[in-house]
Amino acid sequence: MTAPGAADAVREERWVTDRRLHPITPFRRAWAPVAVLAGWAAHDPNQAQEQLTRLTTTMLLAGLAVLVPAAALYGFLSWWFTYFAVTDSELRIRTGLLFRRTAHIRLERIQAVDVTRPLLARVAGVAKLRIDVVGADKKDELAFLGEGEARALRAELLARAAGFAPETAHEVGEAPARELMHVPPRELALSLVLTGATWGSLAAALVVPPVLWLLTQSVWTVLATGLPLLGAAGASSVGRFVAEYDWTVAESPDGLRIDHGLLDRTHETVPPGRVQTVRIVEPLLWRRRGWVRVELDVAGSSNSVLVPVAPRAVAEDVVARVLPGVSVPRSLERPPRRAGWCVPLWWRGYGIEVTGTVFAARHGLLRRSLSLVPHAKVQSVRLAQGPWERLWRLSDVHVDTGADKTVTARLRDAEGAAELLHGQAERSRTGRRDALPDRWMA
Amino acid sequence: METGSSQNSGTSAPTTASGAEPVWTGLPSGLLRMRRLLLVVWLGLAALAAGVLPGVFAGPPWAAFALLPLALLVWGWVLLGRNWRSWRYAERADDLLISRGVLWREETVVPYGRMQLVEVTSGPVERHFGLASVQLHTAAAATDATIPGLDPAEAERLRDRLTELGEARSAGL
Repeated sequence: MTAPGAADAVREERWVTDRRLHPITPFRRAWAPVAVLAGWAAHDPNQAQEQLTRLTTTMLLAGLAVLVPAAALYGFLSWWFTYFAVTDSELRIRTGLLFRRTAHIRLERIQAVDVTRPLLARVAGVAKLRIDVVGADKKDELAFLGEGEARALRAELLARAAGFAPETAHEVGEAPARELMHVPPRELALSLVLTGATWGSLAAALVVPPVLWLLTQSVWTVLATGLPLLGAAGASSVGRFVAEYDWTVAESPDGLRIDHGLLDRTHETVPPGRVQTVRIVEPLLWRRRGWVRVELDVAGSSNSVLVPVAPRAVAEDVVARVLPGVSVPRSLERPPRRAGWCVPLWWRGYGIEVTGTVFAARHGLLRRSLSLVPHAKVQSVRLAQGPWERLWRLSDVHVDTGADKTVTARLRDAEGAAELLHGQAERSRTGRRDALPDRWMA
Repeated sequence: METGSSQNSGTSAPTTASGAEPVWTGLPSGLLRMRRLLLVVWLGLAALAAGVLPGVFAGPPWAAFALLPLALLVWGWVLLGRNWRSWRYAERADDLLISRGVLWREETVVPYGRMQLVEVTSGPVERHFGLASVQLHTAAAATDATIPGLDPAEAERLRDRLTELGEARSAGL
């Protein structure tokens, strides 16, 4: 730094200094000791009761007097020793009281940025910020930050990752977003009613416990199987509705924004060029209404839903935004008729199409699923052929992507498959040429 | 990003792909020798145990049990030979080809630009036989690109060449 830049240097220094998380953070694990006790009691109820009767009130109070301050101290210290800082090229998170741990997350490697606000955190006005990079740990999230701070930090991280100059990155602010689609609650509820899994789990929760009661007459057995079944039923119906409520997909220069949730609000920003695979799923009962579900894979990200339910035209429009220049192929090439000897009936569900930008493969007869992989995202291509397939001169072509997902074109004609293998390798190699750079604004 | 060779820059993939016939390289015979030796040692011991124990405790006719591991040995001997012959690899201008398997055939193509890491491993038994294997990792865990039983010198040459080409054509995720 030269003399004229002194003021900048000061500001830069201030900006790189370590910051602490929101002071409410120590309370996030306040429930942990209680949960451990409850878990132990539920695991072994008889012994827990025995132990409880032996405890006197004074012992209980003494135990609490030790446990609560210890937990509070632990929470406080782990908060006190957690810092984060944003430098020119990375986000640094330092944690650990005894075992120090520093995570350096390179900004140009960002695959997605998540900001989640669980219900209690919304009440307290804080949010969790998580950077998805390949190989990131669950620990590498910033929990919790003030809501405004989280939003500002997200905008700054994205601006820096996009390639804005570091001096201006924190002044760029949030990029303007344009809404692409929104799922109305009625449509979402109806789509869940038309999903087989919802009814399956509900039926299991209603049928299995009475049957068990008739067979065993044991309350514990019924409870032990009934409660998880009930939980699963709730999660797949009400839980999904609550999680996918108010689903909004928006587009902005720094990527795709996905907002959803009724109680826990979740936000995800996927910068351009991070999507590895897109799947268009069409359950049987949705077909009459022409609805589809769109899933996407981003390396290192746990969220996989892009659109929970939407009319096909709207969904295809969103897909075209996610994968620029891609149109969802209409007609797919089926395997040859003799494929019926390898997979009876269901062979009709398979199909592939290769366009200039994507490799598309469909599978499933009742629940159709069409996977799209941009050529630039293909990591390796494999051809596999078992003995029975060789008898019928068929083989499978696997296309591996960076999100640890493999898209398979099954039961292709053996000669066509060999051609496809080499052609795909060539396309994936050259597909990189016109891909966006990692720093998409640079 | 890509600095691929110019003669393959055409986009009409099938013609260029079939135009350059790959030059295949097989595996050196050391791997076959090692695998067959291990087979003979283990199944030989098994045959001895299966022959001696029933022979001593239940009478000499029961020693015929030893034939079972011996039959397995003959079968395995043939199988290992066929499997070894099926392995081959080819370094092309822009990607590495690995082909293997007799009953379950598999052919893998990994563009050099997608390689994240090249690993050369050699266990104690392999080292004794002067063998090393090269494994390629891409960002996809499903990529199964391993070349076993190479000459250590060849493995190192391959590693260096792959790293060099990978750096020149690096493309990442």
